[in-house]
Amino acid sequence: MKNNWKTIPPFHPEIDYSRCDYKNGCTLCAHECSWGEIALKPEKLDNGTVVYKPVANLTSCGSCQRCVKMCPYNAIHIVNSPMYTSHGYWTPDYVGNIWKQASSEGGVLLVGNGATGPQRRYFDHLMFDACQVTNPSIDPLREPMEIRTYLGRRPAQWGEETFPLLKLEVPIMFGAMSFGALNLRVHEAEAKATKEIGTYWNTGEGGFHKSLREKYGANTIVQVASGRFGVSEDYLKSAAAVEIKIGQGAKPGIGGHLPGEKVTPPISQTRMIPVGSDALSPAPHHDIYSIEDLRQLIYAIKEATEYKVPVSVKIAAVHNVAAIVSGIARAGADIIAIDGFRGGTGATPLQIRQNTGIPIELAIAAADERLRQEGIRNQVSLVASGGIQCSSDVLKAICLGADAVYVATPVLIALGCGMCQRCFTGKCAYGITTNKPGLAERIDVDEAAWALKNLLHAWAEEIEELMGSMGINAIEAMRGNRDRLRGVGLNEEELRILGVKHAGA
Amino acid sequence: MCGIVGIINTDRTKIDGSYIREAIRIQNERGNGLGGGFAAYGIYPEHKDNYAVHIMYQGGRHSDIIKKIENFLEQKTKVHHSEEIPVYPTSTIPSGPYFKRYFVNPLKEQIPVGKNEDDAMVDIVMSINRMGDAYVISSGKDMGVFKGVGFPEDIADFFRIQDYKGYMWIAHNRFPTNTPGWWGGAHPFTILDKAVVHNGEITSYGTNKRWLEMFGYFCMLQTDTEVISYIFDKLTRKDGLSIEDACFVMAPSLWEDIEYENADKKMLLRQLYGQAIVNGPFGIVLTHSGGAIVLNDRNKLRPVVCARVGSTYYASSEECSIRLLSPKVDELWSPKGGEAVIINIAKEEAA
Repeated sequence: MKNNWKTIPPFHPEIDYSRCDYKNGCTLCAHECSWGEIALKPEKLDNGTVVYKPVANLTSCGSCQRCVKMCPYNAIHIVNSPMYTSHGYWTPDYVGNIWKQASSEGGVLLVGNGATGPQRRYFDHLMFDACQVTNPSIDPLREPMEIRTYLGRRPAQWGEETFPLLKLEVPIMFGAMSFGALNLRVHEAEAKATKEIGTYWNTGEGGFHKSLREKYGANTIVQVASGRFGVSEDYLKSAAAVEIKIGQGAKPGIGGHLPGEKVTPPISQTRMIPVGSDALSPAPHHDIYSIEDLRQLIYAIKEATEYKVPVSVKIAAVHNVAAIVSGIARAGADIIAIDGFRGGTGATPLQIRQNTGIPIELAIAAADERLRQEGIRNQVSLVASGGIQCSSDVLKAICLGADAVYVATPVLIALGCGMCQRCFTGKCAYGITTNKPGLAERIDVDEAAWALKNLLHAWAEEIEELMGSMGINAIEAMRGNRDRLRGVGLNEEELRILGVKHAGA
Repeated sequence: MCGIVGIINTDRTKIDGSYIREAIRIQNERGNGLGGGFAAYGIYPEHKDNYAVHIMYQGGRHSDIIKKIENFLEQKTKVHHSEEIPVYPTSTIPSGPYFKRYFVNPLKEQIPVGKNEDDAMVDIVMSINRMGDAYVISSGKDMGVFKGVGFPEDIADFFRIQDYKGYMWIAHNRFPTNTPGWWGGAHPFTILDKAVVHNGEITSYGTNKRWLEMFGYFCMLQTDTEVISYIFDKLTRKDGLSIEDACFVMAPSLWEDIEYENADKKMLLRQLYGQAIVNGPFGIVLTHSGGAIVLNDRNKLRPVVCARVGSTYYASSEECSIRLLSPKVDELWSPKGGEAVIINIAKEEAA
């Protein structure tokens, strides 16, 4: 009976042995596969020589595509397993999940890399304006374009007290991904890239490794999450900003869990927990049960950092996000990061990922609108995250009211990630979400930083092109500029919340 | 494409409107008959201490909105005098909306704590504009705006602007493409004593508008230019910035130039007022009771020519307008993009 309930892997590698060079000793694919999907089987050739033949086990492929990318002979491709049901309602996903839960796998199903649900991607339904006869477009190759932005609290008017600000040469930062979830090499690559471009990366909740502090602290945002891992006065003072993580888009209302086997000595030192112990970040901060408590923590951090750095609060995009953001702004936060439901993560319970939270497009528009209605938009900067996939998403988020965006999954993809959604296993074939020796070394810090810089450069150029096409040469003139957007195929309520007109209007 | 003209007599010599009518008329090619307008300063000396509120009623002289607005004004202000604005229908403009002007001062007891008479007047203007079918065309002291749908010379004849004498005039010839040609959407746009005529398109309108709404300014006239007068009022009157700083906020230097200059104040101004940047092509003439400003966008995407003849300054989209009025000039120049020409009447008087 148990055997009948074995889950069917959705993908597997198919090896074209007419191209494969295993007979001459190539076994690269098996070495590159960290999932145990491709094993080596001895084979005796006609001449009596024993060679090792790569064979797919058909059990654990997640389609990370590492073998495909690395095979020098293009002998491998990944194929989908045949559908085991043609039922329109009982799709393979639902059937497969029940099989999994009924089998020895049991329990809560975990997945990585964020929501894959069918909910509308509003970014795709928003179109930019373009110059025609009444306003000339601007050619970014010939004219200066300014995409620098500043984050933090501003005085209500000239002459009042000023506050520390973060200077971003591009309106894009790298979102929080902790040391532990990522390895130190990836953290250093993020730090290096952001330093060279002039923006910020976020350590996540796993602490800030001491080897990076002096060199990269000025481009780093450190997190204080419910687990308080690695939090000390030195830690708070080591960065350009401190972010209190209340929630995240991939799993609103859910805490974090780094399995003990991932807690290696450097991670244990940085997080200030014993080697091999599970690092649990509870869902609630156990000293924050109200907005007043949050205010106390914000000011405790400001005191600790002598009011020299802005304090950010990160929340998940949820149903009443506008009112929550207003409260957080009034509680003293300088920056509020809102993370949409498509935010990625190492591991999320499947049902949370697919069904909890709201899209960032609606959340950021509602929050910006509320802060403006209350006349306190200057008191706080808004950072949008959770599902930003390209440069036009960045600019659309800014038009909807964001000051800047966090991107995190694009960082992983830029480093090779194939979206196999198994980051939490610690077996990442690209060496990104793993600390395993042999795998983590697959990341070369300089090459990884180069890739990330390329990504930021490319998106910055695209943003400048888009702005130029609209005749705008300062990104300040894009912030909350919903006039530059039109909706296509959205209903009246969606348009009202987004604050944009329908195309043609 | 629009035409703009300004005449500023810094010695406060008054001239009648026929003068500027000719200056804007010869820029006929810069309009298409869908908007023309004039602002004049010094035209109501007998009511110079009262706010001269010009209101356009969409529904005609028997519209219910008139009574509603007048009741509102009675509640909020002391109305010293009111009258119809005389109009003279012509063959080109046989009819138009109904215009009245009211000379008022906000009632002291109606002014909220912490606000002054000007603040109260701005609130009154915004309230009227949001009621629908009635729009405040101008609300400054000893000044007024006359505007509508038509070529500017036809609008001049409709209002007989030659009957008004002022020391400072601006005029506009409109060629609308982005927003409808309607009477309220013609230039100049005003708030209190500030009046703006503009050639161009403000691509930052959405940002500017939403920023202004936080401070009680609501853009109801369906034309992007409306924001400029409000931004200027917010920056100079409410926030106390100098005219130079306000111009810097609207058309700032590049970040790299600010850093090169090591100009902390400019850095702060730009950081604080980023959403007040006016982006897109523009050439504007902005007048206020103390003088005028001529300003181009920082890419210099619209033409503006300035000239001086003695104590009279001219600004125009076309040099021909200036030469028509004064064939010989003492100075003539084209301001650089983002570089404000500030004409200060009070300073000239003192000198």
